[in-house]
Amino acid sequence: MKLLLTTLLFCMTAFHASSAFSETAEEKGLAIAIEAKLRDKGFIDYTADMEMILRNRQGNESRRSIRIKTLEVADDGDKSLSIFDTPKDVKGTAFLSFSHTVGDDDQWLYLPALKRVKRINSRNKSGSFMGSEFAYEDIASQEVEKYAYKHLRAEQYQGQDCFVGESYPVDKNNSGYTKRITWTDKEEYRVLKVEYYDRKQSLLKTLTTGGHQQYLGKYWRPAMMQMINHQTGKSTTLLWKNYQFRTGLTDNDFNSTSLKRAR
Amino acid sequence: MHDKRPKKANSPFFSLPRKFLQANLFCTLLTFFPAGNALGAEVDGDLSLQGRLFLHDGASSSQQDASASVATNLELYHEVTTDFSLTLAAFYRLDSSDNDRTHADLREANLLYLADNWQLRVGFGRVFWGATEFVHLVDIINQTDLVEALDGEEKLGQPMAHLVIAEDWGSVEGFVMPWFRERTFPGDKGRFRSPLAVDTDHPLYESSSEEQHLDLALRYNTSLANGDIGLYYFNGTARDPVLLFSFDPAGAPLLSPYYEQIGQSGLDLQLVAGEWLFKGEALYRIGQSHSFAATTFGFEYTFPGLGDSLMDLGLIGEYVYDDRDQEWLPTIYDNDLMAGLRLSLNDIADSTILLGVIQDLDTSAIIIGLEASRRLGDNIRLNLDASFFLNISSQDPAYSLAADDFLLLEMIWYF
Repeated sequence: MKLLLTTLLFCMTAFHASSAFSETAEEKGLAIAIEAKLRDKGFIDYTADMEMILRNRQGNESRRSIRIKTLEVADDGDKSLSIFDTPKDVKGTAFLSFSHTVGDDDQWLYLPALKRVKRINSRNKSGSFMGSEFAYEDIASQEVEKYAYKHLRAEQYQGQDCFVGESYPVDKNNSGYTKRITWTDKEEYRVLKVEYYDRKQSLLKTLTTGGHQQYLGKYWRPAMMQMINHQTGKSTTLLWKNYQFRTGLTDNDFNSTSLKRAR
Repeated sequence: MHDKRPKKANSPFFSLPRKFLQANLFCTLLTFFPAGNALGAEVDGDLSLQGRLFLHDGASSSQQDASASVATNLELYHEVTTDFSLTLAAFYRLDSSDNDRTHADLREANLLYLADNWQLRVGFGRVFWGATEFVHLVDIINQTDLVEALDGEEKLGQPMAHLVIAEDWGSVEGFVMPWFRERTFPGDKGRFRSPLAVDTDHPLYESSSEEQHLDLALRYNTSLANGDIGLYYFNGTARDPVLLFSFDPAGAPLLSPYYEQIGQSGLDLQLVAGEWLFKGEALYRIGQSHSFAATTFGFEYTFPGLGDSLMDLGLIGEYVYDDRDQEWLPTIYDNDLMAGLRLSLNDIADSTILLGVIQDLDTSAIIIGLEASRRLGDNIRLNLDASFFLNISSQDPAYSLAADDFLLLEMIWYF
């Protein structure tokens, strides 16, 4: 269904590209989001190590290390498994998520001390991920269908030609945002900067990314993502290392059995 | 019942004094773990200091009002090949007042073989079944390490062969358990115990194979779009013993644990509906007095971002009903309503506070529990627990806890 929709939208976009003057800002915003998703299609799976650095207003730091495995799912959102290595008191805790293009994601948490798998309520998308400035909706797989789009302008950002566009969450009631403004580079369709506006329409957070590298000659991934909360003065930096693509992961690596043996 | 002096368990292990055996086992393990590290295995552990303060004198004069203890967990994991791994996890506690709380246990010592859609784990292991927060009815594979905690969440390692076959339609698990682990009970000076001490040195068994009875279990569980469901059948030695009134050779009264053979079917369920989580467990057991059913179910509702902060507040409501023969196998959770508040601060220190109240609907007994926890720096966690037992009548199975209101402060250092 999603494939059909994407194909349809893509054909419409292609059609509209030939008659660019009739394309609305909404159509162009959507076309950019679809193109960005298409360019990432076919990665199949990847694993990576992530270091999360939390900083409070006083500049005190706290670090967490997390390993992430992601499996691409045809016609739906990705499956991902996150395993926590530090802080040591939560070592072995694992988080399994099946994201969906439509509706709530399925999420489970494995607590190693009790050997217990708990179903998690995913409705609350605005909740903090691990006490960081990243909300669940920021780290979840970015599916085209989860937002409505509007292209604003073209602009240079850090020397690169970018599309600047707004996106609005479809699930308005459970998102922490009214809108996001995204800077996407025209050459490779990489997200370079995102501004998040809260429910009162004021600027809440800014995400900047850097150190992008291309894998398998196609897939771009950032080495650094920094989220600054303008209202609290706190920030979180994610440092990504050891990206490996097409490692041979299957559905069997993303179920409750594999969750219980994750390490 | 008086002449029913149990015969000594028929095992070579019991010819050695148990404390000696435990200390020896632990020393052997202690030398093994650094060696494992040198071999390139992953070694983790923790060391904790715990103080417990009881607010009233115990029912028995030998029971002490304060105790301090030190405990450690050591865990070694070694991936021999990508499909073959070894896990060792050992536990030891030294308690200042209760000799029976000073104990060691091999929580895990197993080999895991991993294939595409199945896995086999052989050795000491730990498995949890269940869904609800307050009462863990259907969790049966591992024996409760009751001297560790009253909530039944601490378990002894269970020797077993555990096969899991995982398919699209769910997973099927088979368990073969050749050796039974006896429940631990607080000793003479310990708290949370009946007025008469439990004679753990002389357990009684219904089966003539005693602790060598071959216990079996089969479980199916699957994840649906909005929930998870598990169904199982267990056949073997009951984990919860009947406590028989008896006498020691000197003629002093005591309680003998008597482990019967049971068959138990169980069900556990977790459902998501928007902001709501619904959880339920049910069991049907034959073999202990009359056959009985028991169930516990409830909900958890979360208010995210309390007052524009990062804090989440969870409301928990649960109910438990148990139809067992209360004369033969008493439980304090026969017809009880539970309510809980869970506050997660979502801060760097990962601070949480859990407040729970259990109300017996037949009597007016109330149990209040509080658990607060936060991290201190990167490698230390502080826990503060408190429990209060109110309005407990002398007829209540919980009466032995009536004087055991307590505060617990614990500092755990992870290395």
